[in-house]
Amino acid sequence: MNSSNRKLWTYVVFVAPALFFFTMIILVPFLRAIIYSFQDWNGISSDIAWAGWDNYATIWKDAGFHKSFAFTLKFVLVITILLNVFGFLLALVLNLSLKSRNLLRTAFFLPYVIGPVIIGFIWQFIFTNLFAEIGKATEWSMFMKNWLSLPGYAFWSLVIVTVWHSVGYFMVIYLAALQGVPKDLLEAAEIDGAGKWKRMQNVVLPLIRPAMTINLFLAISSGFKAFDLNFALTRGGPFGTTESIAYHIYLDAFTKNLFTLASAKAVVFFLVLAGITLVQVSVMKRKEVEM
Amino acid sequence: MNNGRYNIRTLGLELLMVALALIFFVPLYMTFVNGFKTYNEVVTSVAALPEVFQLENFITVWKQINFFGVFMNSIIVTAVSVIGILLISSMAAYQLVRRPGKVSNVIFMSILASLIIPFQTLMVPLVKVAKDLSIINSLHGIIMMYWGFGVPLAIFLYHGFIKGIPRELEEAAHIDGSGTFGVFFRILLPLLKPITTTIAILHSLWIWNDFLLPLITLSSDSTRTIPLAANIYFGQYTNEWHLAMAALTMAVVPIILFFLFMQRYIIQGITSGAVKG
Repeated sequence: MNSSNRKLWTYVVFVAPALFFFTMIILVPFLRAIIYSFQDWNGISSDIAWAGWDNYATIWKDAGFHKSFAFTLKFVLVITILLNVFGFLLALVLNLSLKSRNLLRTAFFLPYVIGPVIIGFIWQFIFTNLFAEIGKATEWSMFMKNWLSLPGYAFWSLVIVTVWHSVGYFMVIYLAALQGVPKDLLEAAEIDGAGKWKRMQNVVLPLIRPAMTINLFLAISSGFKAFDLNFALTRGGPFGTTESIAYHIYLDAFTKNLFTLASAKAVVFFLVLAGITLVQVSVMKRKEVEM
Repeated sequence: MNNGRYNIRTLGLELLMVALALIFFVPLYMTFVNGFKTYNEVVTSVAALPEVFQLENFITVWKQINFFGVFMNSIIVTAVSVIGILLISSMAAYQLVRRPGKVSNVIFMSILASLIIPFQTLMVPLVKVAKDLSIINSLHGIIMMYWGFGVPLAIFLYHGFIKGIPRELEEAAHIDGSGTFGVFFRILLPLLKPITTTIAILHSLWIWNDFLLPLITLSSDSTRTIPLAANIYFGQYTNEWHLAMAALTMAVVPIILFFLFMQRYIIQGITSGAVKG
């Protein structure tokens, strides 16, 4: 073997395994999702017919899909705001020299390492049993309702559990950013007569923009992909009011055998998510300041 | 911001935060405590401590779901998936960085672009592809799927890290007669340790807790992972809260212990992974 042949051979050996699994598990299914979206097939029978844009036309009129889309948008909006506001506030407090800061950080971060399905079951117990007991003891009407079976309440129970589960993650990222703000810069601003708010507004916030970009992106994309909690906590109910897009697609494909329709919905989902996150990241990247 | 000054306001804030942290812990506390109670105790009072801490629920659940087997499935799937991802991704990223050109560029860009595809877009055809390749409903099958799903983020993070490592070290080793494999495994791999830890932690947490992929690709009893077993058990014993809480306790204890021991690395890994991603 001559040297350039050998170089080529080494290249193939190093790159091929990763490329092979990437192709089989991501690329091929992705292309197939697009192909399926133009076909009509129930996932079982041997004949697959071409359907043109029929699936997309069906989606246009599919009230169930619209409903889950509206739910998901509202959910994304609410949790993006809450996770970032609370995550940032917790980080601000933990950035002070509290004696128990390490313990507090552990406590707020802990739920994040537990899988969301398990979290969903745990909270099902809390909402049905503990809330009832608190309701009996205090007679507060808020706790006397069954949160998981009332449409408005079920939405907020998902929000509460999501915030409880993930706020520690957002806190940790904001905390790392806050710790990266140079002390001398803050002192210089203080000497120049900038008060607390001015320092926050003109020094701290601009410097932690990169963390904001990341956290907004994470909240938006994880909110759009929400599945586990909708599955384990509310089962999409009551009356399908908490059916996220991901859960809706899952139900179509795996319980109703609407394979090709589900694929079309999955493609629409991909386009929406990719569009929104790309716009968000590119707009926010432009506003970041270089240190 | 007050740097280091501890005054009455800080103390008030600290007490408030401790109270908040305790409220935060209530759901987990309830799960643990009720796992030790009898059915009647749970029904009478959720918040009360059990009369006696009896382990009966745990023994029952352990046998019913074959907890040891389920736990081992989770361990095997997570460990083999993560090790495989680390190996194939670091190897690929190494050559993609060191042998730049059109081919490397196209490969890297396609892998990078795939990061924005949500799993839900792939899951419908994936089941079909997995059936065609007969990797459905088996542990080795799901491990190979995780290799595919894990590769993009891992290659992206390795790629960025390797770019920052000077070539001179490798060139010196080459002159000393080492082949590319030798250089990679003896020189480069040890240098990659920080980013390898980050990737290992991000992927371990994800795979250990993942639910949707096992849900659609694993259906037999013998292949269940912890989240899957919890789902099936909870579905069957919804109203027998004492057993359900024991099962959930068993499901969360391993990952909580892992977190408490590895906390520093986990938080570091998650922060640096997020910042680079």
